[in-house]
Amino acid sequence: MELANIEKLVGKYENAETTLQEEATLKAYFLSDNVAPHLEEYQMMFAYFQTSQDETYTKTIAFKPEKKRNYKWLSVAASVVLLVSVYMGSSIIDGEKTPVMTPQEQEQYAQVENALRMLSSNLKKGNDAFNNLYTYENTVNKIFKTK
Amino acid sequence: MNQSDFLKVVLPFKDKVFRLAKRLLVSTEEAEDATQELFFKLWRNKEKLADYKNVEAFAMTMTKNYCYDRLKSKQASNLTLVHSNYKEKDTSLDKKLEYRDSVNQVHRLIENLPEQQKLIIQLRDVEQYDFDEICKMLDMKPTAVRVALSRARKTIREELIKQHNYGIS
Repeated sequence: MELANIEKLVGKYENAETTLQEEATLKAYFLSDNVAPHLEEYQMMFAYFQTSQDETYTKTIAFKPEKKRNYKWLSVAASVVLLVSVYMGSSIIDGEKTPVMTPQEQEQYAQVENALRMLSSNLKKGNDAFNNLYTYENTVNKIFKTK
Repeated sequence: MNQSDFLKVVLPFKDKVFRLAKRLLVSTEEAEDATQELFFKLWRNKEKLADYKNVEAFAMTMTKNYCYDRLKSKQASNLTLVHSNYKEKDTSLDKKLEYRDSVNQVHRLIENLPEQQKLIIQLRDVEQYDFDEICKMLDMKPTAVRVALSRARKTIREELIKQHNYGIS
């Protein structure tokens, strides 16, 4: 095709007025080997369009309907497990309501209880002392009206 | 509609969906994920597909919207910069060598265009849809499409001339 014609088409192409057929003509021209030097930018563009047209999606399209069903059965299984475990657990707890202790264990238990009681009474003493201090401070404040 | 019927409808434009997704999302992996996700969406709505006159245009619109969503979401913002190497296939070797630089250049230039112009260039110059279809896919007026396309083409050409003159290529 002669150059004048191509130039006319290029002008239309820039203004986005070409039809698809005209663009195909342009493409054929620019992908051929004898392109006028002042139009070689178009050669790059059309070459790019051509190559990017060839890119394909190579992976296969996967359908994943099974996954959903799995989740449904998973929840059913979970609820069954939960029910069974609650049932079993309650029967076990019922059975162990009165734990039996050996004499040695009883002794240890009493010792620990004693120790804890001593700790708590001592803490109480400390707290009382603090309370005394607070009373003192309050009285001082009252007298000197620092606040 | 069973799987093979569905594939018959859908397979002709899977590459187009993929390429459009890649144009917008830049990285190949993202585009592959997007394509997979879109076809899965189509498959789930397969009963409704018969109601659409033009499934392909509908799929392209879906692709566009999906990619916009991906670009907006934070998850994708980390991935937009991943890409750098453009792979081309299927051209004869000498042509390949000759074109490789310029092809990469054009790719970069298109990447720098505004999203809408990217879309339109992709749909028109790569996929060769006619204007009516593009208007339908993008929900735009024909004049707006033409203006955007013209701007995109002019920008690409001007940038190429600039680079050519400065000898940066």
